[in-house]
Amino acid sequence: MSNAGITAVKPAHASSRSAFAALLLRDLAVLRKEVWMFLGRTVMQPLLLIFVFAYVFPKIGEAIGGAAGAARFSTLLVGGVIASSMIFQGVQAVALPLVQDFGYTREIEDRVLAPMPVWAVALEKVASGAIQAVIAALVVFVLATFIPATPVHLSIHWFYLVTILPLSAMMSAALGLTIGTRVEPRQVPLIFSLLVLPMTFLGAVYYPWQGLTPLPWLKWSVLVNPLIYLSEGMRLSLTKGVPHMPVAAVYAALVAFTAVFSKLGIDGFKKRVLS
Amino acid sequence: MAVDAQATDTHPDAEADADVIVTDDLTKIFEGRGGRVRAVEHLSLRVRRGEIFGLLGPNGAGKTTTVGMLTTRVIPTRGRALVGGIDVVARPATAKQVIGVVPQTNTLDRSLDVAENLYFHGRYFGMGAREAHDRVRGLLEQFRLADRATAGVDELSGGMAQRLMVARAIMHDPDVLFLDEPTSGLDPQSRLALWDVIGELHRRGQTIVLTTHYMEEADQLCERVAIIDHGRLLALDTPEALKKSIGADTEVRIHASGDLEALARELEQVPGVDSARVVDGTVYAYLRAGGATLPEIITHADRKGFALQDVGVKETTLETVFIDLTGRELRE
Ligand SMILES: Nc1ncnc2c1ncn2[C@@H]1O[C@H](COP(=O)(O)OP(=O)(O)O)[C@@H](O)[C@H]1O
Ligand SMILES: [Mg+2]
Repeated sequence: MSNAGITAVKPAHASSRSAFAALLLRDLAVLRKEVWMFLGRTVMQPLLLIFVFAYVFPKIGEAIGGAAGAARFSTLLVGGVIASSMIFQGVQAVALPLVQDFGYTREIEDRVLAPMPVWAVALEKVASGAIQAVIAALVVFVLATFIPATPVHLSIHWFYLVTILPLSAMMSAALGLTIGTRVEPRQVPLIFSLLVLPMTFLGAVYYPWQGLTPLPWLKWSVLVNPLIYLSEGMRLSLTKGVPHMPVAAVYAALVAFTAVFSKLGIDGFKKRVLS
Repeated sequence: MAVDAQATDTHPDAEADADVIVTDDLTKIFEGRGGRVRAVEHLSLRVRRGEIFGLLGPNGAGKTTTVGMLTTRVIPTRGRALVGGIDVVARPATAKQVIGVVPQTNTLDRSLDVAENLYFHGRYFGMGAREAHDRVRGLLEQFRLADRATAGVDELSGGMAQRLMVARAIMHDPDVLFLDEPTSGLDPQSRLALWDVIGELHRRGQTIVLTTHYMEEADQLCERVAIIDHGRLLALDTPEALKKSIGADTEVRIHASGDLEALARELEQVPGVDSARVVDGTVYAYLRAGGATLPEIITHADRKGFALQDVGVKETTLETVFIDLTGRELRE
């Protein structure tokens, strides 16, 4: 040990950058250790959705709009299910661990003491949640392409995909940060019944947003749901011929929601770890 | 967003060379639903390089709040604090580089095993993979945790978990190690083992700030002790000097029935008794060196008609100093 003199101090931006990278490294190491848990929480919901709607229904003749309708439904379901899985991942990978942490374990305290600003520790949670959301999207993509009984007609628009996918992942993780810093452990069941479920059912997962035109009040009020833009964005990236909202609106909303949730989440995080 | 106000410097403040910690009028007032809590008020002190400095005070005295301010997690309401010459309020990200903390509660990373807890902590502080691995191996040996390297942290005993927390806190070789009530909740054996660990770190030159509400701990381990109560600094000196300051070297504790206040006043009449007082149903009499003797006290009380039930004698301790300063016992 060398405590004879003052430790050579690095500039804050340098120590912050390496600390941020090391926090990400830690999260990825944990993800690797817990890969079965990750798959378990990631795969189940989309697997069941796709299995029931895109495999069982067409097979037992309950498909919406006959055989042609079933193919169209399977196709548009891919984007929706990927979108809802990403939002789900934001809650599972970011919000729930933070609620635990602030409620009982206080494990994050050691990372808050890493040589970086507290807002950067919070932002690292968003980055790591976003990486997990992207991995979840890839896993679900594979499921959604192979399980349906009717052919899925995907047509990948690469520019949209490589911009909208990371943006959606960031938004999902930032939403997770906001929830995680503002919810008490005993309110966790409420997150699912009052937030995740309504978001999913009214998030244009099973139908394109334009499909709501016969219900104008619903069509406009669901716009507060951030999942709408994820679903629309994913379908924009993966399908052709499915009606969608204007591209600019999708981008604008994703950017705006990401910014707002990040701000709320970072403020909430600071309130939790600083006094 | 700006990282820290200034980018680089190593020796910004000349005073930092002698004093690793400098606080001026450091104050924290919590505003909450229950009203204002003055947790720490007007705290001005200096901790020298290489010393073990104790913050001694009862529960709620403001020890954790003080450590929190010095380690960037509690934002002071007023005042200034420098650690390693770096202003912890203005430049927290820089200050954290020179700070090692063992918080009052177990904050080990339960998703990681014992060795990984150390390894990733080192990486957070900018160590390379090889350097971190080497240092982990050394620390696991030093803290007698080598055979637990791949154990989960939930499998550790309280004493082992605490040693791991200390090892983690010094992983990045901080200028100052903060230990917040490091031995509370440990069994006596683990406490002694941790005292050894702390003593060894001190011999190697580590500057340590330790909070405790055990006066033996402050007395045994610390070179200088700050006694705090209700957020205020009451006294600061070496344990010897603090004990000397009360002008007596023997404490007599008397359990008796009847009017204890009257008994205390009577005992103060005995030549050689420095002072006597009632604290929590016990009469304390303080005897000057070479002054009154125990038999004289017992005889005097007897003559005045007091029935003594139990009498104990010991050297004055920091507990005596605390009672002298506050009129209360340290333990509740
Ligand atoms: N976050 C907080 N909000 C409000 N009051 C607090 C907070 N933290 C500590 N306090 C109060 O400040 C006082 C000092 O607490 P603390 O520093 O934890 O004392 P110690 O560590 O010496 O036991 C106590 O009265 C405590 O209740
Ligand atoms: Mg405390």
